Amino acid sequence: MNNATPLLQLSSIGKQFGGLSALSDVSLHIRRGEIYGLIGPNGAGKTTLFNVITGLYQPSAGEFHFDGKSYQVCKPHVLAKAGIARTFQNIRLFANLTALENVMIGRHVRTRAGVLGALLRDRATRNEERAITERARELLRYAGIEKPAQTLAKHLSYGEQRRLEIARALATDPLLLALDEPAAGMNATETASLKTLLQTIRASGITVLLIEHDVKLIMGLCDRVAVLDYGRKIAEGVPEEVRKDPAVIAAYLGGGDD
Amino acid sequence: MSHRPLCGSLRFGLLATLLRGFYSVKALEFVSGKHNARWAFWLLLAALLLLPFFTDALLGRGWVRIVDFAMLYIMLALGLNIVVGFAGLLDLGYIAFFAVGAYCYALAGSPHLALAFPMAFPDGVHLSFWMILPLAALLAGGFGVLLGAPTLRLRGDYLAIVTLGFGEIIRIFLNNLNAPVNLTNGPQGISRIDPVSVADVRLSVTQEIFGISLPSVHLYFYLFLAFTALVIFASQRLERSRIGRAWMAIREDEIAASAMGINTRNLKLLAFAMGAMFGGASGALFAGFQGFVSPESFSLMESIMVLCMVVLGGMGNIAGVILGGVLLAVLPEVLRHGVVPLQQALFGKTIVDPESLRMLLFGGALIVMMLYRPAGLLPSRVRRRELDTDEIVETV
Repeated sequence: MNNATPLLQLSSIGKQFGGLSALSDVSLHIRRGEIYGLIGPNGAGKTTLFNVITGLYQPSAGEFHFDGKSYQVCKPHVLAKAGIARTFQNIRLFANLTALENVMIGRHVRTRAGVLGALLRDRATRNEERAITERARELLRYAGIEKPAQTLAKHLSYGEQRRLEIARALATDPLLLALDEPAAGMNATETASLKTLLQTIRASGITVLLIEHDVKLIMGLCDRVAVLDYGRKIAEGVPEEVRKDPAVIAAYLGGGDD
Repeated sequence: MSHRPLCGSLRFGLLATLLRGFYSVKALEFVSGKHNARWAFWLLLAALLLLPFFTDALLGRGWVRIVDFAMLYIMLALGLNIVVGFAGLLDLGYIAFFAVGAYCYALAGSPHLALAFPMAFPDGVHLSFWMILPLAALLAGGFGVLLGAPTLRLRGDYLAIVTLGFGEIIRIFLNNLNAPVNLTNGPQGISRIDPVSVADVRLSVTQEIFGISLPSVHLYFYLFLAFTALVIFASQRLERSRIGRAWMAIREDEIAASAMGINTRNLKLLAFAMGAMFGGASGALFAGFQGFVSPESFSLMESIMVLCMVVLGGMGNIAGVILGGVLLAVLPEVLRHGVVPLQQALFGKTIVDPESLRMLLFGGALIVMMLYRPAGLLPSRVRRRELDTDEIVETV
């Protein structure tokens, strides 16, 4: 792993929806091993940027480098294979499958058994299945939700569902874990334990990208923060600096010259 | 005479239970231990092997043929279950793959092609059953991909409309491809299709095996039984595999599935192809069994019938699909054998035609189902567990 090159580098990313410019000229880079926060008022383009990074949207302009490779037009599954895993703002679990199965599906991209393997169930396939199950259980334990392994995802509590999404994303062995408002709707205790989980994940060498409304969580957790407003990056830096930035204060509190 | 309908439906309840049991052997293992499960399996196998003799003795000679058709339907329904139940892609034109398989067998195993290409095939084409079967499956699989490719971006009702159109296109082609080259013989269909012969045993004539004389329908019964078992086996293994999980992920949430690294395009095509292959193989069996194919066997109504089997039994659940197939395949026969004599006995004449009564019952049954058992008669493993948890929640 070359620590000098950033893990993710966006150069002048733009995204148009018809005539509406959701993102314009956004450049940022995420270093390996850091927790990078993305904040901004509602409608600032955070989720759009997030969807560009995870391949759900194709950028209209700009360049996208991940782990030293350039990705121009890319499908989400290609980026997942490259090492970007994500969670969703409005939880998107496989609702009618169990927690364990959800995480097992996360292993899909790192395993290879095909139709023939499924039908013949040869030794290689059996071993792979066993490895998938073991790894999935391990991740459930890691995320603190091993007890409801056989519960359907939709019957888990809200906090558990959030954790399950993280466990499922971790199952893809990501280099970059991208979390879209993981603390939304959580109470103080749940948020605190989420914070611990994210710190553990970072300690294990995974880079984390975090979109969050909870400014306190962002400030306490992130190494660097970028602020978006009206589709543009208005500030970037360590949390203390960003917090004092007049442009950021204006964006959040309104005011300024208008 | 008037006691017959009741009698018949009771027997069919029994048959359904048998086929259901065939699948639930695995479930028995948990209930009563491995030893008993093995017993249950052998018992069931024996019952299934003797089934044609039972129906002959108890219900009459015609019933083995009905059971044969029921098994064809079960194979079809299990194939469709891969597309609809596992991958969640609503397919209303599934019978087209059955048609492709059937016509593939008809063309590659009959004198018909001599009409179209007298120079190349003066006697028609007569490939062996074991050659045609994989050919039919592969050809149907190809058609599955052909249907799948342009519909990849469609979902739900839009997909249903397109697949419905596809099914009709195939049928209309079959109906009209008698000119300029007479490929399908149009609405007359293709007849004189070679019967299936397995290891030089012709299934079209009565065979003497271990001193037991087995008529043709019995021989086909065993052939179909073997293939049905194979299809059940394949479905089960696919369901519990990496591929099966990926299909279910697509069914549950396509965007999340692709974010997890699942190549949704390829896996959807694979689901279409696998489902179509099952359909094509059963189509080939149908053509060999019937000795005759014509476009009218592959109408939209048949697609809907197969879909109903899947939905009625319990989408995504193999045992449920089998049950649905048995029920819907034998219902018309039960009606035909029961309703007419009953009306004759009561009123002295036939007032309601069993065919229209069938649609009435059918529609009624589906409405009742949707109201009271929306997940099917035998809900899938997941749905059942879902109900269990609900109960737990309630008691807490």
